[in-house]
Amino acid sequence: MAFRWKNTLKESDVTDEALFLNRRQLMGGAAAGLGLAAAGRAASAEEALTPNSWEDITQYNNFYEFGTGKSDPATYADELTTTPWTVAIDGMVDRPGEYAFEDIMKAMTTEERIYRFRCVEAWSMVIPWNGFELADLLDFAGVQDSAKYVRFETLYRPSEFRGQRSGWIDWPYVEGLRMDEAMHPLTLMATGIYGRDMPNQNGAPIRLVVPWKYGFKSIKSIVRITLTDEEPVNTWQQLQPSEYGFYANVNPEVDHPRWSQATERVIGGGLFSPRIPTLMFNGYEEEVASLYEGMDLTVQF
Amino acid sequence: MGFTDRINGFARRVPPWAVYILYLLPVPVLVYMAQTGALGREPIKALEHELGEIALQLLIIGLAITPLRRYFGINLLKFRRTFGLLAFIYVVLHLAVWLFLDVGIASQIWADILKRPYITIGMAACLLMVPLALTSNNWSVRKLGPAWRKLHKLTYLVVLLGSLHFIMLTKVWEVEPLAYMAVILALLALRLPKRRGNQAA
Repeated sequence: MAFRWKNTLKESDVTDEALFLNRRQLMGGAAAGLGLAAAGRAASAEEALTPNSWEDITQYNNFYEFGTGKSDPATYADELTTTPWTVAIDGMVDRPGEYAFEDIMKAMTTEERIYRFRCVEAWSMVIPWNGFELADLLDFAGVQDSAKYVRFETLYRPSEFRGQRSGWIDWPYVEGLRMDEAMHPLTLMATGIYGRDMPNQNGAPIRLVVPWKYGFKSIKSIVRITLTDEEPVNTWQQLQPSEYGFYANVNPEVDHPRWSQATERVIGGGLFSPRIPTLMFNGYEEEVASLYEGMDLTVQF
Repeated sequence: MGFTDRINGFARRVPPWAVYILYLLPVPVLVYMAQTGALGREPIKALEHELGEIALQLLIIGLAITPLRRYFGINLLKFRRTFGLLAFIYVVLHLAVWLFLDVGIASQIWADILKRPYITIGMAACLLMVPLALTSNNWSVRKLGPAWRKLHKLTYLVVLLGSLHFIMLTKVWEVEPLAYMAVILALLALRLPKRRGNQAA
């Protein structure tokens, strides 16, 4: 079911990219004129979110399948072909199968979701995604009662993903969610940004977006979704279990062992962009805190 | 031999200040690039990393000068101080970007220095360079005598810590920081006392 979750913005504020850019310019001009450039960046859960530019979103990100540098995904994006594309849905489902991307799109209703995006490396953006709720896709395949977790897999194709030709990571990239997290209305299967098809560097043609978790949970270019009763071992947890857990909920009070998670830099602010405080569950505390009641988040990070 | 002589002849004619100017040129260029977006969508980290990497390269150049003379007869000794001081300048700039542009929050800076091993190590390397920079003048060399040579052996520790600092900040094992460490270890190995029967030219 689409449109279950309401953006903090009105639809008229968010749909048109030209309008965005215009508004950003206006705001930028006004803020500079009033000397309020820094104040304009302060984030709060209530405040309307101003999305990052298309360039910020598509030219600065992590997608180790294309390389470890932040500009590698944009640089090598055209090496990936995404047609034809199928997503296997298997495991504990009533209707397992290889679903063509086009058929999934026909069955789903996409909508726009403007979410904060917080990388585990302490930088952040605001991204206007297009997509549908994962819950809808799971209902489409028919989840069986025995399923407790959802496991996702990225495409493994070293001929096109140059990053997969190096051996530090046990490809393919794997992520997982607990069933209640997967069924949560905030959890999105994104197929576009700013109303355009998902760019290759951002995880074309279909990716996960879990806005209250660190970005690495939002697995890209998904080819397999498996319903299972075992907690999946996600790639980063497998690589460095002391630094990355299964849950990876954004939490300013639980630091990464090597850096603080208390603050974040909003990308796009240039050379003098200050850090802003990181919000609990990335600002979605009201919506998701109840999922983790009774859990020690310093242990289950 | 002819090649070596030509290099040495050229090196004799190049004044150290020319090397300072040449090697400080990247600073305004990088700041300009950061301002104009040429360093990408997150210019602060990019600038910080570029400055740190140049500092490490300069330390490595300094480390290469003795083996170059010992094994190839190339004499660049007069530039060793130049490269050492340039490395210090770049470390200070790298630190300044981290302090004022990257973190910028006093309490978090202090917490990071104490709690984050890679930052602790980077800070230690930076502080160890201070006495080296302060004694990089002829008066100190004369005044300290043999103690000066001993003191300046700290460079070996500084470059190892700097390289370790680089390795520790990446999320996975990456080739570049490991390559720097390999070069540094090789250059340090070349300084080990020679075995007998291996006469120097």
